[in-house]
Amino acid sequence: MLGKDLLGIKQLTAEEISGILDLAGEMKKVVLSEDKKLDTLKGLSVVTLFYENSTRTRLSFELASKYMSSSSANITASGSSVQKGESLLDTGHTIDRMGTDVIIMRHQCSGAAAFLAKNVRASVINAGDGMNEHPTQALLDALTIKEHKGGFKGLKAAIIGDVLHSRVARSNLYLLQKMGAEVCLAGPVTLMPKDIERFGVKTYNNVDKAVEGADVIINLRIQLERQKSALFPTVREYSSVFGLNERRLALAAPDALVMHPGPVNRGVEMNSAVIDCGQSFIDEQVTNGVSVRMAVLDLLTRGKRNAVN
Amino acid sequence: MLLIKNGHLIDKLNGLDAVMDILVKDGKIAEIGAGLSADGAEVYDAAGKYVAPGLIDMHVHLRDPGYEYKEDIESGTRAAQKGGFTAVACMPNTNPVADNKAVIKYIIDRAREVGMCKVYPIAAITKGMKGEELTEMADLRSAGAVAVSDDGKPVRSGGVMQRAIKYASMFGLPVISHCEEMSLMDGGVMNEGFTATSLGLRGISPAVEEVMVSRDIIIAEHEGLPVHIAHISTRGSAELVRQGKRRGVKVTCETCPHYFTLTEEAVGDFDTNAKMNPPLRTQEDVDAIIEAIKDGTVDAIVTDHAPHHIDEKRLEFELALNGIIGLETSLPLGITKLVRPGHITLGDLIYKMSAGPAKILGLEAGEIKVGRAADLTIFDPDEKFAVDVSKFQSKSKNCPYDGMELYGKVYNTVLDGVVK
Repeated sequence: MLGKDLLGIKQLTAEEISGILDLAGEMKKVVLSEDKKLDTLKGLSVVTLFYENSTRTRLSFELASKYMSSSSANITASGSSVQKGESLLDTGHTIDRMGTDVIIMRHQCSGAAAFLAKNVRASVINAGDGMNEHPTQALLDALTIKEHKGGFKGLKAAIIGDVLHSRVARSNLYLLQKMGAEVCLAGPVTLMPKDIERFGVKTYNNVDKAVEGADVIINLRIQLERQKSALFPTVREYSSVFGLNERRLALAAPDALVMHPGPVNRGVEMNSAVIDCGQSFIDEQVTNGVSVRMAVLDLLTRGKRNAVN
Repeated sequence: MLLIKNGHLIDKLNGLDAVMDILVKDGKIAEIGAGLSADGAEVYDAAGKYVAPGLIDMHVHLRDPGYEYKEDIESGTRAAQKGGFTAVACMPNTNPVADNKAVIKYIIDRAREVGMCKVYPIAAITKGMKGEELTEMADLRSAGAVAVSDDGKPVRSGGVMQRAIKYASMFGLPVISHCEEMSLMDGGVMNEGFTATSLGLRGISPAVEEVMVSRDIIIAEHEGLPVHIAHISTRGSAELVRQGKRRGVKVTCETCPHYFTLTEEAVGDFDTNAKMNPPLRTQEDVDAIIEAIKDGTVDAIVTDHAPHHIDEKRLEFELALNGIIGLETSLPLGITKLVRPGHITLGDLIYKMSAGPAKILGLEAGEIKVGRAADLTIFDPDEKFAVDVSKFQSKSKNCPYDGMELYGKVYNTVLDGVVK
């Protein structure tokens, strides 16, 4: 059982993470079956509130809640009163007062999920807040790693790319460290946040060094929309110095997993040969996304459901 | 006539640090000494309390005209009085901007009507605070402006700053520089470093402040003219000012209580009452700011009192406005965090909150001296109290110290001989 909200990996213990992953493994069977219907969330309502565009996160939350029989609804900033200048606080209160049990929010500001959670009765799931955290992404990555590597202890994971702007990098870093993996980061120094080494990670500007012997490679999307100034000269130079290609992949452990949170900028952070190779689990990550989100929805609503029964 | 009996007078400039009486006539200090008496005088018993020169805060935002929903001259000067201030200098980032005689006169007239403390308006350096054309400084001076500043925004162009420093000097107007090199900001919302990284917030490097501090010190040095650096927050800024002073540059500076009492960790879980500009820094910076207060690098302690409505703070951290209020906690924070731990004496603290700013602004104030206006602050430095923002006089409540136990309770101020 989790607390009221899932705001970040930072707030979870290793036991809680393991619990989510175990349940997600069970949920995956439902996702892959011909009978995708559980009664778990019957009678509960789930709202997704997205201030930023999304394909996979939003859709997988939506399907996860539908597979579990909730009443679900979706709002996006572009089609709501947010356009009329309504504050997050007022939007949150409005959704809360419609009897919503779970609000799943993506927002461009770090800390927005924590802010919402403090001000609503509903459980809040952070589906990505600014550059802070994207906990369900890290959990689905973890499920993928667990399935193929059996566990985390002693694994070497390399997170590569735009670490500065990446909530995925932060959530993955916290999760992998909590589960006992060794994490290193690589990317241009202009895309590396200050003092990140204080988390106990090695950082490299040379991708080859980070990839060498890695069991897991998590490549990050170059977030051109979050970049306020030109932090690297050209996409061409980025892909040649920092992009993952066959030569670099060959430096990793022979059975290394290649992952990416999507959407991929093909030919920028990774070339198509790597994206489509046998070591790439990008598509499987998407399947695991639904499973993990089902597990999280189940665990977060248990308190509430127990109280009712 | 007012006779203040048995207060512990504290005024470093005039060597006062003993229990004595003050006799006030016609709003001015008439006599200072032990065992004074005067027939028919109203007597204020200050036994067990300290009597200091009226405190002066040379950096506040009163928000009036234009943003009266945050603060106005009445609420702001009431807050000042409650905090022990008999004078404040207010920044020009009002609406309209205080870049013309009419706004300056309005502020002075309104403050006189309210009568809680003296208000010295600071005019803008540039028209509309746009950083382009200089304001009519002769006119502003004659209307009553005591200094010029574009506070809240940097003067981006070094050339404009150089001309401002030269032009303002003709009228004896100090130039107060808000130091921020915008090209280094990159959307930063808190101090750059581990805390920002772990919260996923964009960082503000100390270089943002220090690059501009060095620019203005260098300009002042080459012109042989004064410049006053507003709200220094970093170790590097303190060192730049210290070195400048050693070289004989006419540079002065101020800092705020939050820069010697709080670190970036106060942001905690995205607390918008810990969001300000310059941002809260690290313990190393706090220690360096205290050192700079001790060794005289810092000339004045100011609040940068920046009231904001709750709706401007109850937001996502990145969207919340910068700044905190400070008038009602400044003296107690100085006593609790600087005097009680032994960093400086009470006399030093009072000096940096009265005579120090008076000297920079060229005011005949900040001293307990016969012939001077009887502006005084009566307080008990040993009395403990818990900060309660709900009882503040300020219209706004954006204060990170709510609930904190502090020493130093202000009893009254005396303004031109009248007990407030």
